[in-house]
Amino acid sequence: MILIYLIIILLAGAFLAWISGNRSQVWPRIISLVTLSVDLLLIIYLLQSASFSNKWLIDIQYNWIPQFGIGLHLALDGLSLLMLLLTFFLGIIAVLISWKEINAKVGFFHFNLLLILAGIVGVFLSLDLFLFYFFWELMLVPMYFLIGIWGHENRTKAAYKFFLYTQASGLLMFISILALYFVHGNSTGFYTFDYNQLLGTQMSSTTAMLIMSGFLAAFLVKLPVVPLHNWLPDAHSEAPTAGSLILAALLLKTGAYGLLRFVVPLFPKASVSFAPIGMALGVIGILYGAKLAFAQTDLKRLIAYTSVSHMGFVILGIFSFNELAYQGVVMQMIAHGISTGALFIIAGQLSERIHTRDISKMGGLWEKAPFMGAIGLIFSMASLGLPGLGNFIAELLILIGAFKANVLMSVLACMGLIAATLYSLRILQKVFFGKKNSDWKMNDLSIREKLVSVSLVIIIIGLGLFPRPVINIAKPALLKTLESHPEMTIDKDQHPKTYKL
Amino acid sequence: MTNIDFLSLTPFLILAIAPIIIMIVVSIYRDYEVVFGFSVLSFIAAIASIFFILPIVPHSITPLFIIDSYSLFFLGIIFISALLVTFLSYNYLKQLDGTREEYYIILFTSTLGAALLAVANHFILFFLGIETLTLSLYILIAFEKSKIRSIEAGTKYLVLASVSSAFLLFGMGLIYLTFGTMEFSAIVLAMSHLVKLPPMFIYGFGMMLVGIGFKLALVPFHIWTPDVYQGAPAPVSSYIATVSKGAVVAVFIRFFFNIKGFENSSIFMVISGIAILSMFVGNLLAIQQKNIKRLLAYSSIANMGYLIIILLTGSNNGIQSAIFYLITYFITTIGAFGVISLLSTKDFEAEKIEDFKGLSWKKPWIAAVFTLCLLSLAGIPITAGFIAKFYLILEGMKAGLLILIFSMIINSVIGLYYYLRIITTMFSSAEQTELPTISLLGKLTLAFITIGILILGVYPGWLIDFIAKYAML
Repeated sequence: MILIYLIIILLAGAFLAWISGNRSQVWPRIISLVTLSVDLLLIIYLLQSASFSNKWLIDIQYNWIPQFGIGLHLALDGLSLLMLLLTFFLGIIAVLISWKEINAKVGFFHFNLLLILAGIVGVFLSLDLFLFYFFWELMLVPMYFLIGIWGHENRTKAAYKFFLYTQASGLLMFISILALYFVHGNSTGFYTFDYNQLLGTQMSSTTAMLIMSGFLAAFLVKLPVVPLHNWLPDAHSEAPTAGSLILAALLLKTGAYGLLRFVVPLFPKASVSFAPIGMALGVIGILYGAKLAFAQTDLKRLIAYTSVSHMGFVILGIFSFNELAYQGVVMQMIAHGISTGALFIIAGQLSERIHTRDISKMGGLWEKAPFMGAIGLIFSMASLGLPGLGNFIAELLILIGAFKANVLMSVLACMGLIAATLYSLRILQKVFFGKKNSDWKMNDLSIREKLVSVSLVIIIIGLGLFPRPVINIAKPALLKTLESHPEMTIDKDQHPKTYKL
Repeated sequence: MTNIDFLSLTPFLILAIAPIIIMIVVSIYRDYEVVFGFSVLSFIAAIASIFFILPIVPHSITPLFIIDSYSLFFLGIIFISALLVTFLSYNYLKQLDGTREEYYIILFTSTLGAALLAVANHFILFFLGIETLTLSLYILIAFEKSKIRSIEAGTKYLVLASVSSAFLLFGMGLIYLTFGTMEFSAIVLAMSHLVKLPPMFIYGFGMMLVGIGFKLALVPFHIWTPDVYQGAPAPVSSYIATVSKGAVVAVFIRFFFNIKGFENSSIFMVISGIAILSMFVGNLLAIQQKNIKRLLAYSSIANMGYLIIILLTGSNNGIQSAIFYLITYFITTIGAFGVISLLSTKDFEAEKIEDFKGLSWKKPWIAAVFTLCLLSLAGIPITAGFIAKFYLILEGMKAGLLILIFSMIINSVIGLYYYLRIITTMFSSAEQTELPTISLLGKLTLAFITIGILILGVYPGWLIDFIAKYAML
């Protein structure tokens, strides 16, 4: 039941926040904070009491629309637990950074924020494909509002673009889900959307390829992968800070999660034959994203393109099909969530103070705001993959894993690290160092902002120095994903059956 | 006539007697509230009477009427929709000058026509029902006599509906010529001896399709729709979009499935073509609209396009999904037009998209309801429209109608674009304008609709079971 409570608490909080918004500006914020903290505590409680094996930690199943074989099937394993931890933590951060930035329609803002998070939590927990699609779509409308109402100048266009891209690709996935439902039903006579039942559905390789492509459409758009990334820079740069944070840190991860949870296990053979294309797409994403990031003058757009580049590593890792790469993918999902989120927060704090996102107008801000500068320095270093920070571990693991699978791709992807150094240093040079372009009047971070930034710094350093716990939590889930693979032989003895923190 | 015959005709008797009573009352003492209250009670009585008939179905009265659970189900849908429209008409009508009580008389006669369609088992009753419905609609559409657009819309509907009725009648004539009978079941019987359908029958069916296509506003018979929706009073537009279309769908499904139209390849092709055209034309033209009533008109064209896909599945499950779709479409459409009616005043019809600018900050709850209705029309989760579309797609795919389903999905994305545009407008900031205060009755109706949309969107199982139990053909 605790899994349902996680979602219900968020939904209840969302409605309360909306209603209380009529009375005051502060209540919605407090309600959201409380809601998210309760959820975070629940997850930490689960984390403490759990031992991670290849079984689901919690697995609940109820009927929802039994006529169609749709169930309310939620389950939690190490991978989803990590994602939930990230979701609730960043949710709290999102509320905190909006404290001063969002002043209009506060109640409705937090309603949307919590609704998006409810959708994301649902996506990370669903083991019924219909339910999964339900939550997948549930995220979109509130995100659309978040961008479209509280965004910057070109918000309307950006919101449209985001919505149409994700909705169109989501519908393709929906067709695939239905196709899978019918293929499975026709061969077994048992029509169901349940994930466990649909695993191992027999189908010809062409069918599998076609059905998989629908899933890929949705996940690769979300991730995003390069030819399908067009919505991302607009959405990220036009969204309010909390919106950019949630988009970059959480929404993109749902795409990666979908690949790991659904595409790889449901289509073991087809995904192997797609692997060369997948890896190539990853490498293209890494290099192309980095190149574009380097060319941007809008700070938020720049960070958005670095996301494209970092997400390239994720897809490269996923289609490498080995344990090291998968560990790297999970690390990357978390570390990128924290580091890119932090960069967006800095961009938000800057534009709150000097009302521009154009880095050619900034420069020399270190003097004005040394604390902010230091935070910026740390997260730029994280973004370029400096050892000691989380992103380094993630990208290193992915590159080693990918090297085993495909040397050429791995080598090309390494070039991405050089490009990352270029754009990360450029951020620092243009924003915090260099010559002063104009005499901005600005304050350094307030206590609230310091609290947010420092907690993010602690986590990114923690991930960099002690990655073991994260890897241990995710490992059984990853191994289970890989076991379904025809070409995978995992040395069983090498791995103990259960892991503790 | 036996007692049972009488009993099973109760809803029709109520609908026929109620307007007569109103006419008499109005000629003695004219009071808007009294007439409105009486109308509401009569509709409720009609709805209640359905439950009394339920134990005695199926029951045929002469070859004309067939009272089975399918028709009772449609009667229920029609009456409840008519009742909701009545509620939403209250304020809209109240502020009009001149005589307003007659509106409810006509509402009864048109609902009677719609109800007759639901029980029709014979071309005579089919035609009678359609004519009763259409004749009443002319008056309802042109009810605001002082507005030139209202008169224009009424006239347009009059001319085009007469032409389409002629087509319908001619088609029925041709089928009568072929088989020598006008009773659905007798036609089916006559057809069962044939190996191949005679061309005369196909022609006749084609003619009928023109007439029905007109009533359902399917492309290419849709020309009247935007003008009529725009010109008619908002509650009447919702009535046309729901009750009048639903009744025609009821009789058409019954006829089509009786004669197994889906088995004939040329009929199959024609219906597929009409469905695809309706979806694309409806949605693509809706994008360009600046007037919400026109936009909803085009969206209703597209929605009917989705719906008639189900005719081709040829399965009972298909019919059930169509009915589910119809119910959600009714609720959402009445909700959307209801918002327009409630925001309109005597001299100001809230119908341009820009009229809704900033609505969410002036009247947040109304805007939320309208948003929910639009999202439901677009088929976004947690609304009824999502489940309805899913059900339709599921049945369509089961029947292997892949091209149709695929174009439906493409169209869902196109549709999203214009629904989102209205929503965006509502949430943009705007200058202060005066909006009418909304009566308690209006609020309650909208609340009912909202709850309906949410419940069907989150927990639709019971309705699916309910339909499966009662709406069997």
